[in-house]
Amino acid sequence: MSDTPQAQARRWYAQRISAMVLALLVLGHLALMIYAVQGGLSGAEILARTQGNVWFGLYYALFVLACAVHVPPGLANIAVEWAGWSPARALWVARLFGVFILVWGGRAVYAVVMGGA
Amino acid sequence: MQEQRLKVSVWRGDAQSGQFQTYEVPRRASQTVLDVVTHIQRHLAPDLGFRFACRVGMCGSCAMTVNGVARWTCRTHVQKVVGPQGELEIAPLANLPRIRDLVTDMREFFDKWARPEGRFVGQTDRHEPFAVVKPDTAPRQQADAGIECIGCGVCYASCDVVSQRPDYLGPAALNRAWTLVNDERDTRRQARLGAVAGDAGCHACHTQGSCTLRCPKQLAPTASIAGLKRLVARAAMKGEL
Repeated sequence: MSDTPQAQARRWYAQRISAMVLALLVLGHLALMIYAVQGGLSGAEILARTQGNVWFGLYYALFVLACAVHVPPGLANIAVEWAGWSPARALWVARLFGVFILVWGGRAVYAVVMGGA
Repeated sequence: MQEQRLKVSVWRGDAQSGQFQTYEVPRRASQTVLDVVTHIQRHLAPDLGFRFACRVGMCGSCAMTVNGVARWTCRTHVQKVVGPQGELEIAPLANLPRIRDLVTDMREFFDKWARPEGRFVGQTDRHEPFAVVKPDTAPRQQADAGIECIGCGVCYASCDVVSQRPDYLGPAALNRAWTLVNDERDTRRQARLGAVAGDAGCHACHTQGSCTLRCPKQLAPTASIAGLKRLVARAAMKGEL
């Protein structure tokens, strides 16, 4: 695959736009955390709130998606600039990591929303 | 009263190798770092290689690394940078191949200016009337804010991204591109925006701001690069990239 300057620019904008999405989601996440621990912090109590809650599921699915978009370009840059990897290798390893975030993050969201205790 | 002396470590060597060599230089009132280097060449080491021309901060040829920071030596007073024991370290500019002693090879630096369509190409020739450019429009003011660059290489030597990505165009070349895309007479805008996009161009900048911090002309290449990112995004959305 040829990595054109246009593709590089697209990744940069994808990273910035996902950062904006993440900034909002992190604020909501912090607020939710403070709210959720008011009655004490227990797995059962949190699961009672999250299981079957479609809005919760959508919120955190978007969170995972934004992370999966945001992380790979940054990791690839770090690998190229600090570790001296070739851009192509850095990009593919970073993309794999993005898939990892998507799969494991998605699995976690599924577990707290749809899964059984 | 005993004369005060500076202990000056100067990088001596060629393109392959070298080391710091120490010279003792008499301390003078209002002495600049260029005065120190000149004293060493005139009295202590006639074979010391370094560049300078105007001595008054107009030509930009005397930039060197002074105590680890890229500066114009002609406009840097010793008093401002000297250590408590009179120590001073002078090395060639970073991020550029060394030729000899304090002289670097600036070819790549200037080649990178040319790469993103760095040459002005107007709409008219010399036989037509002068273009009338209003000085108070936003694009003209943005161009004017970056136009005073004299190509000394201080920003390029101070940029960590240049150190880490040798193909990165660097702050000066991107600042030049920014002044041209804001020039209403320019005809190469689209090609230029295409040339500054990507990891060798404006999108590699991490906005650390070393270029802006160190620019002896108080220009802000960081802002120019941020401007290019905005223009490239707009061009991409219009399908012009």
